[in-house]
Amino acid sequence: MTVMDQRATREGRPVPPPAWQPRTDPAPLLPDAEPHRVLGTDAAARVDPELLRRLYTEVVRGRRYNAQATALTKQGRLAVYPSTTGQEAAEVAAALVLEERDWLFPSYRDTLAAVARGLDPVQALTLLRGDWHTGYDPREHRIAPLCTPLATQLPHAVGLAHAAQLKGDDVVALAMVGDGGTSEGDFHEALNFAAVWQAPVVFLVQNNGFAISVPLAKQTAAPSLAHKAVGYGMPGRLVDGNDAAALHEVLSDAVSRAREGGGPTLIEAVTYRMDAHTNADDATRYRTEAEVEMWRAHDPVLLLERELTGRGLIDEDGIRAVRDGAEEQAAELRARMNQDPALDPMDLFGDVYAEQTPQLREQAALLRAELDAEAEGEQA
Amino acid sequence: MTTVARPPRSKPATKPATMAQALGRALRDSMAADPSVHVMGEDVGTLGGVFRITDGLAKEFGEDRCTDTPLAEAGILGAAVGMAMYGLRPVVEMQFDAFAYPAFEQLISHVARMRNRTRGAMPLPITVRVPYGGGIGGVEHHSDSSEAYYMATPGLTVVTPATVADAYGLLRQSIASDDPVVFLEPKRLYWTRDSWNPEAPEDVLPIGTAVVRRPGTSATLLTYGPSVPVCLEAAEAARGEGWDLEVVDLRSLVPFDDATVTESVRRTGRAVVVHESGGFGGPGGEIAARVTERCFHHLEAPVLRVAGFDIPYPPPMLERHHLPGVDRVLDAVARLQWDQ
Repeated sequence: MTVMDQRATREGRPVPPPAWQPRTDPAPLLPDAEPHRVLGTDAAARVDPELLRRLYTEVVRGRRYNAQATALTKQGRLAVYPSTTGQEAAEVAAALVLEERDWLFPSYRDTLAAVARGLDPVQALTLLRGDWHTGYDPREHRIAPLCTPLATQLPHAVGLAHAAQLKGDDVVALAMVGDGGTSEGDFHEALNFAAVWQAPVVFLVQNNGFAISVPLAKQTAAPSLAHKAVGYGMPGRLVDGNDAAALHEVLSDAVSRAREGGGPTLIEAVTYRMDAHTNADDATRYRTEAEVEMWRAHDPVLLLERELTGRGLIDEDGIRAVRDGAEEQAAELRARMNQDPALDPMDLFGDVYAEQTPQLREQAALLRAELDAEAEGEQA
Repeated sequence: MTTVARPPRSKPATKPATMAQALGRALRDSMAADPSVHVMGEDVGTLGGVFRITDGLAKEFGEDRCTDTPLAEAGILGAAVGMAMYGLRPVVEMQFDAFAYPAFEQLISHVARMRNRTRGAMPLPITVRVPYGGGIGGVEHHSDSSEAYYMATPGLTVVTPATVADAYGLLRQSIASDDPVVFLEPKRLYWTRDSWNPEAPEDVLPIGTAVVRRPGTSATLLTYGPSVPVCLEAAEAARGEGWDLEVVDLRSLVPFDDATVTESVRRTGRAVVVHESGGFGGPGGEIAARVTERCFHHLEAPVLRVAGFDIPYPPPMLERHHLPGVDRVLDAVARLQWDQ
């Protein structure tokens, strides 16, 4: 007999129908009040030094990659680049916790996560350069296309994880979304489906403070984005989004839990977008330099560097070697991106349908004729 | 031990069947033929769907393959995208035409263009079943004809059957297609009967092909789905007026069968497009334009449209005034005597 039943009996009221009882205890699903942190705390001692070095290397490379991609927009080589400068820890950790058979579902901002997962950076930038929408075979890399509409990739992650589960494969899907995306209907529907189906999915929300210019306070009235999990019946976890080790720990737990049939988890990584939304945005209109300065002191690269040097796991030469490596990669990317991509306009008609419709065949013939006339004009 | 003389094996008799039964059978046979086919949607499992199209599938194939989902159309179709990405062939039910609208973003932004944006690496073999159209006394949001929205989206195949045989054949083809198909089921034809043999269903023409349902010489009625029986009835009635009308059932709105349509209209010299959906910005405008472009010198009169009014779908007690009926079709046919 529940407490409610006991009281009802004592007061001589009818015992309430069972549907009035909460179905699960919400307490274990609630996130901690403070974001989970590892770097700079005693908990850091338990982190494998190799992992720390790996995270550091990837985060430094990520920082340099962000800078390079941003520079490419200024040179007109990329149409746009939504930077993750300041958010590298989350991007890198998301990529590193996945096994090869797992799937990553990135948003348009998560190019770096795809690259950290091993995707060729030029292929990852195809969408943003504008030569094709997706520059890679998603099945080959198990990375869904970078998703521009907000949160619509989340139900895909749930469906894929569900399908894998039905087939008996221990595959996990990790889906990434920003704080603004949590207001979308697809976010809600995806979390609900995942919890009902107990699908092996991990939802990673990067709360970087702004949806273009709208701050979190105008986005949601929830105590935290991680709290949203409780309403769906899945655990919510709050983590310092600039602490790569903390993220790796929380994400690994969630991935293991999903793989073992424990169902989905919602993770909120509290971080900050150091750059503007994209190169088309002016961040000075909606935030102060003082705020940015505060976050600069909590930089993900700095946190790792402090930990590694403090524990004597890296020295000046080591740091220089990591930075040189990142520089080398950036130079290679720059060189490759400075070559014009080879485009065939006839590809426009190639993959609209499995088989070209008669209407598309006619339109393709029209374009062919236009291209031939153009080529003739150039020769003349 | 007694021996029983076996009756001679004969071809199972052709019996009257409803379109609803044929659709259910198509789902069942598709699931039996291919273990990757999964049926999903609101109420499709235990209840068998509000129109009972999916009746018995959960029992026969298990709830993993015929799944009652949470009530959320974007979630249903979005999850189907992920399932298709992993190699399944989801068949999604959108209960009623207007209930499909929350799933529009998934349909337009992902389902329709996944093949194209991945250069063919990731086709999505999803069938979206949408019961559509009026004439069944449904209240608000239960009778929309939404085909124009789907037709306007490249990457989607859009089909709609008008006969029992086509209902079965086109649904089997849609599920087998490697492209996403919006399969529009004319609700008011669900219970129309036709002689049909579920054990040996006849072959029907492929998606992308229109069919001449009634040959004629005086004018062509171009129509599909719920308006096909209306046009056939109108053609019979027009005989008394000396009109011999040809009725073309389009069957597939995308891809569009220009060849059959053009051939018919060039021969008859006159055409009327008939559909329930509103006329302004509706499918008839596109069809009339295509016909005019291809048949201008063969036309004796402008291509006319007989459509629903350009109003939100009316309440059920008034819908008979909105839906194009035989009289409205015959009036249009009379107007085809352009030079008189």
